[in-house]
Amino acid sequence: MEGLFYNADDGYLEGIVRGYRGNILTNTAYINLTQCETLEDVKLQLSASDYGTLLQNEPHMSTSMLAQKCTDKLVQEFDYIRAHAVAPLQQFLDYMTYAYMIDNVILLITGTLHERDTHELLERCHPLGVFESMPALCVATNVAELYNSVLVETPLAPYFSDCLSAEDLDEMNIEIIRNTLYKAYLEDFYYFTQSFGGPTAEIMGELLQFEADRRSLNITINSFGTELTKDDRAKLFPNIGRLYPEGNIKLAKADDVDQVKGTCDVFLEYRQFFDSNSGTGSKTLEDRFFEYEVQLNKKSFQQQFHYALFYSFLKLKEQEIRNIVWISECISQGQKERINNYIPIF
Amino acid sequence: MSGANNRLAVFPTRMTLSVMKQKLKGAQTGHSLLKRKSEALTKRFRDIVRKIDDAKRLMGKVMQVASFSLAEVTYITGDIGYQVQESVKNAQFRVRAKQENVSGVMLPAFESYQEGTNANELTGLGRGGQQVQKCKETYIKAVETLVELASLQTAFVILDEVIKLTNRRVNAIEHIIIPRYENTIKHIISELDEQDREEFFRLKKVQGKKKEAAARDTLERESRQAAEVAAAKAAGSNGEAVAAAVADPTQALEAPSDILGGVDEDVIF
Repeated sequence: MEGLFYNADDGYLEGIVRGYRGNILTNTAYINLTQCETLEDVKLQLSASDYGTLLQNEPHMSTSMLAQKCTDKLVQEFDYIRAHAVAPLQQFLDYMTYAYMIDNVILLITGTLHERDTHELLERCHPLGVFESMPALCVATNVAELYNSVLVETPLAPYFSDCLSAEDLDEMNIEIIRNTLYKAYLEDFYYFTQSFGGPTAEIMGELLQFEADRRSLNITINSFGTELTKDDRAKLFPNIGRLYPEGNIKLAKADDVDQVKGTCDVFLEYRQFFDSNSGTGSKTLEDRFFEYEVQLNKKSFQQQFHYALFYSFLKLKEQEIRNIVWISECISQGQKERINNYIPIF
Repeated sequence: MSGANNRLAVFPTRMTLSVMKQKLKGAQTGHSLLKRKSEALTKRFRDIVRKIDDAKRLMGKVMQVASFSLAEVTYITGDIGYQVQESVKNAQFRVRAKQENVSGVMLPAFESYQEGTNANELTGLGRGGQQVQKCKETYIKAVETLVELASLQTAFVILDEVIKLTNRRVNAIEHIIIPRYENTIKHIISELDEQDREEFFRLKKVQGKKKEAAARDTLERESRQAAEVAAAKAAGSNGEAVAAAVADPTQALEAPSDILGGVDEDVIF
């Protein structure tokens, strides 16, 4: 059914995204990039790609500049898609930006708590997470005011009101706030995508479940040996995903990486993450997560008439930027032995 | 520098001589002490130079690793710089300075220690937390190397100065003060010898004069005795002559004065 009316509203944008996808750097391009000796060579290699025009007018190459330019390009593409989208794709795309919004709001709250000049913080915000009333956050001087006057108007308000009180904002560790918000966001986004039904629900379900599981695993592993109690840890796990509920309960009780590994052994896809013998030994857990994410995202391009490919496009593009920055970091720091740790996409 | 004229302006007396000798001895003791100090410092200095070399090489490596681990963090979590800056309330990594005594030179040594809780232990909780901690550790190591290098460098500068100062003193004592004392002592000794000789000569002269006077006295006495003896003989042979002499005192007086005059002419040396 979805194929019948999809093209009427979203066919053009799907075409655009598939076109953008064609511009994602291929494996050959990465191999060429890894052969570079200096950042100037990187620039030369990239000039043949989609980023060529961006770097033309830059006299001095630096990795931060490169990351900045690539992100700008991504934002530009995303904004184009968003500008042409109609509901419900519009809403779907908005949901995608909420993740960045959370990061931005957290950044501003941190600044407010430390009584910094929030204007300079605005420049550091991720451009995808910029929302209209964001500059108004600078006006607020304490967190309660911040919530009452500004956040109430934003799409993030329900996440705040559901999970946190004004006292929490003052007292809790900022990282816990961030993860609580992100958990609420992931769940909300998940239920939203499930409401579409069809391939969108199917593919997005898989992607977001993995995202949720990845967060649970990461939070578990990263909280070992910290002051975060097991109860608090359990509260940060998203209540979706394949690990939910029994895996999450086990993770909440885990004391070391081996127990996490034991929990994941039941899940075929996740077993490989902890299998130290599979593949090359130098890969970290995060690398394997990225790899798996890329694989999932690639799969979403194999179906048509669904929204997940917009999400996948954004994620793949982000991974591409990370890859380029990683390679150029390796080159500029002369650490060529780890240069192949990037995740090839196509 | 140390010419023969280089000496202290002192009166050449025995007292000054003994004072000078004491001073010379003091200068020599001081010289050997300072020389030993300078040697000890130089030894330490060489140690430090070697350590600085090692530390600098190590720092290069550690810094490279640290900055690469930051690149890893950026790869996984994106830019967390601001977040990290804001979540820190107290310095966890601190440096305290203590002093170390090397041959009387106070060298400041910096010591790093960690205090308080890890403010960033939840950073990157959702993603890349392990990398963040790893990065933190490598940077702590890098800063430790820097602190070590800083104390070595400070010691290097201070020791350099002290060694120069000590060497200057050693050289001054060796080449100026000691020769000056030696010259002074030599001068005093020669002056004293001179005085001794003068004294000796003077004594001799006095003795000669005394002898001369004594000899003249003896001669006079002998000649007088001889005259008396002759006068007594003459009185014994000429009884009438004595009476005549008594009768005529002028003649009797005239006769001995003649004899004396004759003797005088004979006794001329």
